[in-house]
Amino acid sequence: MLRRVLYIDLNKGESFVEDRYDLFEEWLGGTGVATQLLLEECPAGIEPLSPEAPIIFSIGPLNALFPAMTKTVATFKSPLSGELGESYAGGRLAMAMRFAGHESIVIRGAADRPVYISIRDDDVQIKDARSIWGIPATVVGYILRDVETGVGRRSIIRIGPGGEMLVKYAGVVVDTYRHFGRLGLGAAFGSKKLKAIVISGTEDVEVPDPRRYREIYKGLYKTVVQTDAMEKYHDIGTPININVLNQLKGLPTRNFQESSFEGAEKISGEVLADDYLFRRVSCAHCPIGCIHIGMLKTSFSREHEYEIRKISYDFELIYALGSNLGVSSPEGVLELIEACERQGIDAISTGVVLAWATEALERGIITPEDALGVKLQWNDVNEYLKAIDNIVKKQNEFYSALAEGVEAASEKYGGGDFAMALGKNEVPGYHTGPASIFGLTVGVRHSHLDNAGYSIDQKAAKKNLSPEEMVDAIIKEDDSRGVYNSLVGCLFARGVYSTEKIIEALASVGIERTEEELEVLGRKIFDEKYRFKRREGFDPERARIPHRFYETISTMGMVDPETIETMMKIYRRRRGW
Amino acid sequence: MESSETPEGLDAVTAPMNPVKDVVEDESKIAEQKKAKRKKMRRLKVAHPERCIGCLSCMFACSRINTGRASLARSAIKVKTQGGLEGDFAVVVCHACKDPPCVAACPTGALEQREDGRVVFHRDLCQGCGACADACLIRAISLDAEGKAIKCKHCGACVAFCPHGVLEMEEVED
Repeated sequence: MLRRVLYIDLNKGESFVEDRYDLFEEWLGGTGVATQLLLEECPAGIEPLSPEAPIIFSIGPLNALFPAMTKTVATFKSPLSGELGESYAGGRLAMAMRFAGHESIVIRGAADRPVYISIRDDDVQIKDARSIWGIPATVVGYILRDVETGVGRRSIIRIGPGGEMLVKYAGVVVDTYRHFGRLGLGAAFGSKKLKAIVISGTEDVEVPDPRRYREIYKGLYKTVVQTDAMEKYHDIGTPININVLNQLKGLPTRNFQESSFEGAEKISGEVLADDYLFRRVSCAHCPIGCIHIGMLKTSFSREHEYEIRKISYDFELIYALGSNLGVSSPEGVLELIEACERQGIDAISTGVVLAWATEALERGIITPEDALGVKLQWNDVNEYLKAIDNIVKKQNEFYSALAEGVEAASEKYGGGDFAMALGKNEVPGYHTGPASIFGLTVGVRHSHLDNAGYSIDQKAAKKNLSPEEMVDAIIKEDDSRGVYNSLVGCLFARGVYSTEKIIEALASVGIERTEEELEVLGRKIFDEKYRFKRREGFDPERARIPHRFYETISTMGMVDPETIETMMKIYRRRRGW
Repeated sequence: MESSETPEGLDAVTAPMNPVKDVVEDESKIAEQKKAKRKKMRRLKVAHPERCIGCLSCMFACSRINTGRASLARSAIKVKTQGGLEGDFAVVVCHACKDPPCVAACPTGALEQREDGRVVFHRDLCQGCGACADACLIRAISLDAEGKAIKCKHCGACVAFCPHGVLEMEEVED
């Protein structure tokens, strides 16, 4: 197995590889390893966008070897939250890292002018990127494809103007359709003057017992393609949840003022699939093909001339730039998604920021002058497009504040009660009840993917779970996902990779682990992440919970602040805090 | 029934060269079928290239089943991108030519055409000159890390692992 960490120093323009066998032996790979590397590399209290703050990528022992083991984890100090930055992306990056022979990559320092990094196996070059600075994330792909080698087996990850301008929720676009979206990795790239990384390799992976490997593989492949465990991801895709949550009163609408949207049906996954979907693609080595690409056809003359834009869409994007902005046309949603893609900024954060700004203008907290005349109002796509442009350009004080995230903007202007962030991260599209709110608050990256509180709420709505049971479910997810994210698997396939299957798959590639060992590891990884979070000043018990959560009916009915407090007490006890 | 849950061709993984699945009753039938099997050559066909989602499962199946490794470089089937993931995928497979230029180009007899039309590869005879790869206009042959040719055997392993019915096995008529 590979055990190599590639260190790249942008200050010195140098790189070297170190064998870190013990690190991988103890922490397995992926997020386990990336968290340790972050603790090693990131000086305490450092300014997130300073050269001393590192960027770390890591894959795990099953990447490129098994179906749906497609993710790469990035860790960094988040410029948005000021604490743990952790983000995941699919595409072809995990495979490219594996075949280039680097399980982890650490980027130190900052360049003094725009650069991109080209990695071909052990050959690492830091190249001039001055001519592509300022170019949209989408276009950078076309350019680098032509000048770099490795077609068909490489990965190209890049930032757009949002990252260059240090928008605190800028992301990194991976292979056109996937992203390190959350918590501002794009700004971290921008601060290092790092425009892109192109990586490819020619190595292959030998396994100790090919027969056993083939057998385990075949079983897992069959489960992935045949059972209904993953059905929802390849048919309608994640946007199936628009209609589902809307019916459950869990779909945040107009900045969480409502939890169902009268326009939901129009922007539903079903409508997008029937009328706009023209293609589905896959991450490398995943047979599902969950990447849904919609075709936006816009006429630009009377003579039947059209602009065709190909835009990948998912549930969270439709929530953030659709229902949460009151946008009820699929074209409008797709257009807003495309604007985020071009600028390379996180769609969820952008939607939440714009929703707050809309309400702030409505309530007179900000003035039309602050907004530079942009009429921020629900469902006004063209005005929102202008606002996105102004945010990235940091056009004035107000838009600069919006570029800092909703928490920072509301600290400056007020309106914190409806600034929808938890742990300073703009919230995802669920107003399902207390488990979602609480799960996002304590989760390691304040993401719905930490512990799936939204799913626990939906179970609780049917079964009447007690706060204890909800907390236990959250802790179980928190910890087990630490292990799964160390592999690094796609969470859509988490139902396929039971602990038993994980143990079998690991064994087939020569890594022996018991159920108990994995359980302990999951807990340890969680604790290590919290070590970093607390070191950088995060205190879950003092985390701000926007009052809006308690004003709008959720799937579980009205949420009571005391329920959240009770859950915190139980959680603290269970965690031994 | 179990078989209804099996994706088309998955049985080919366990018995790649055996298209006969049913239990046969008498020996004459077996002999007959053996004869038929000898006569009929099966060939890999890209039946629906436009259905490809670029997951590369076929390439990983080829290298895994034929070499025991996880590798793109050792796969005989090649899924190419044309303009990244935004473009269409091109699926390149050996065409099983009747008069194969790769065999004609091979100076050592490492590539040999059998009576039934099948081309077999003798790895030990391959010197890694790459003449076969150059002779193949569709670029279905490449060289592996050891410099030996990677030539599709038309075993059907990739077909079994294509989730979208892009690939099929077809019988080649005489």
